[in-house]
Amino acid sequence: MATILNPELVAPPQSRPARGVSVLLEDVSIALGGRTVLKNFHVEIAAGEFVAIVGRSGCGKSTLLRSIIGLETPQAGRIAVGESVDRNGKPDIRIMFQDSRLLPWKRILPNVTLGLATSFIPEAKRVLDQVGLADRARDWPATLSGGQRQRVALARALVHDPALLLLDEPLGALDALTRIEMQQLIEAVWTNRGFTAVLVTHDVAEAITLADRVVLIEGGRVALDEVVNMPRPRTRGSAKFAALEEKILSRVLNVAQRNIEGRPFLETRSRDAQ
Amino acid sequence: MPDHPQKAFPITGRWRAIGHGLAPWVVPVALLFFWQWASSAGWLPSRFLPSPRAVVKSFLDLSASGELWTHVRVSTERAFSGFAIGGVLGLVLGLLTGSFRWVETLLDTTLQMIRNIPALALIPLVILWFGIDESAKLFLVALGVFFPVYINTFHGIQSVDRGLLEMGRTYGLSGWRLYREIILPGALPSILVGVRFALGFMWVMLIVAETISARSGIGYMTMNAREFMQTDVMVVGILLYALLGKMADLLAKGMERYWLRWHPAYQTSR
Repeated sequence: MATILNPELVAPPQSRPARGVSVLLEDVSIALGGRTVLKNFHVEIAAGEFVAIVGRSGCGKSTLLRSIIGLETPQAGRIAVGESVDRNGKPDIRIMFQDSRLLPWKRILPNVTLGLATSFIPEAKRVLDQVGLADRARDWPATLSGGQRQRVALARALVHDPALLLLDEPLGALDALTRIEMQQLIEAVWTNRGFTAVLVTHDVAEAITLADRVVLIEGGRVALDEVVNMPRPRTRGSAKFAALEEKILSRVLNVAQRNIEGRPFLETRSRDAQ
Repeated sequence: MPDHPQKAFPITGRWRAIGHGLAPWVVPVALLFFWQWASSAGWLPSRFLPSPRAVVKSFLDLSASGELWTHVRVSTERAFSGFAIGGVLGLVLGLLTGSFRWVETLLDTTLQMIRNIPALALIPLVILWFGIDESAKLFLVALGVFFPVYINTFHGIQSVDRGLLEMGRTYGLSGWRLYREIILPGALPSILVGVRFALGFMWVMLIVAETISARSGIGYMTMNAREFMQTDVMVVGILLYALLGKMADLLAKGMERYWLRWHPAYQTSR
């Protein structure tokens, strides 16, 4: 698949628009099916920040995202998402899942305008063009590749001009090349639009490539909160990148070894349902 | 290794394609010829089974007099009226029990119990209630159609992808819009399976209903012919049922092809 990104989109402007909102999770505790997933979890995310959340399978990172958008309700604590309110008067949050969740019975363009009035069709076409799929607007989702479907899902979220974009391992099921392409696309739209982004991933390199801050969750708490102080776009080859990746990985490894001997320290890239 | 046998008689691709197209018809055509030959030779008495030629002649005579078309029209009208009644009831109740837990609690057990009664076992009661009237036939057809539509609609609604529902809610869809955009289209493949089953049952129930008692329709024509030992007319009637059944199935397939054109199974090209 050829990279069809708009060059001016990829080159980040000097200052980002202030579209993002801050996110505050204060002593949040969540139990699912009687098992405590998060306990007294506390994290603050600044407006416009890009935060990556990493951790082992089942550490509660997906639950964390789902609680921010209201798909899970915490038993204790407080979740506050900025002051921004969208067109429907609700917090302006969109989420991307590991599977694209496109409606198979709608063509690509109607999928992008889901939940919007027909007056948003020009905007939807523009965003489809940004993700490089303008020529597929009239196709069925079943005819698209996995990477293309995720780009449509990204377009569907972007049409709503979200103040906060939650990314629940959206690249987990993609092949390596498509992942890198999608990472560039996500970084580009984040830079241009200025929303706050929270990315859940099990790929530490991906977290370092994209995020301002990498938060490691272990045992339902923040185990590590590392600021990534490197200019964008970041290259995996640099010594600083490798050192940071090593630091985070060894921390995960240590915690994992203390917990259970012999288990892999990070989940493999399988389609885990959390 | 010996040469492949096909090498000895090279067949070009086109001839092979034609051969493949004709092959399924070899046995039926051969049977037809055998049947005709057995009748002509006197091995097969015409009061037992008429010759194919007699069946064709009888068909032409009946359609020329217009009698045939009256019966076909009456039967088709009965079938689809019954289908409309049973199908709509099944669809509405299936949607209700599938969508609302309290309706399911209230109705589903009752309906599942009734479903276990073979519809044809009700015939004595149906005759008692409705007589041998038009309404008895409609009732039987509607009953036969109701359950396949009901069960598959209920199942379709229940098995809508929960991930899509969750996604729809995060995009602000709720109530009727969530229903129209996600739940109904998600249940449609299953509903159409029900419709296809129902169209099959529709003819079975109609044949039984018309055979019991009727003053018109294909069943009447066939039973009337039996009284006069007109085996050729009886075979015409039986073949007509087969033909109508096939057409109903094609109709169902056409609906699937149109409404499920998004489905990978129905996509021929982009």
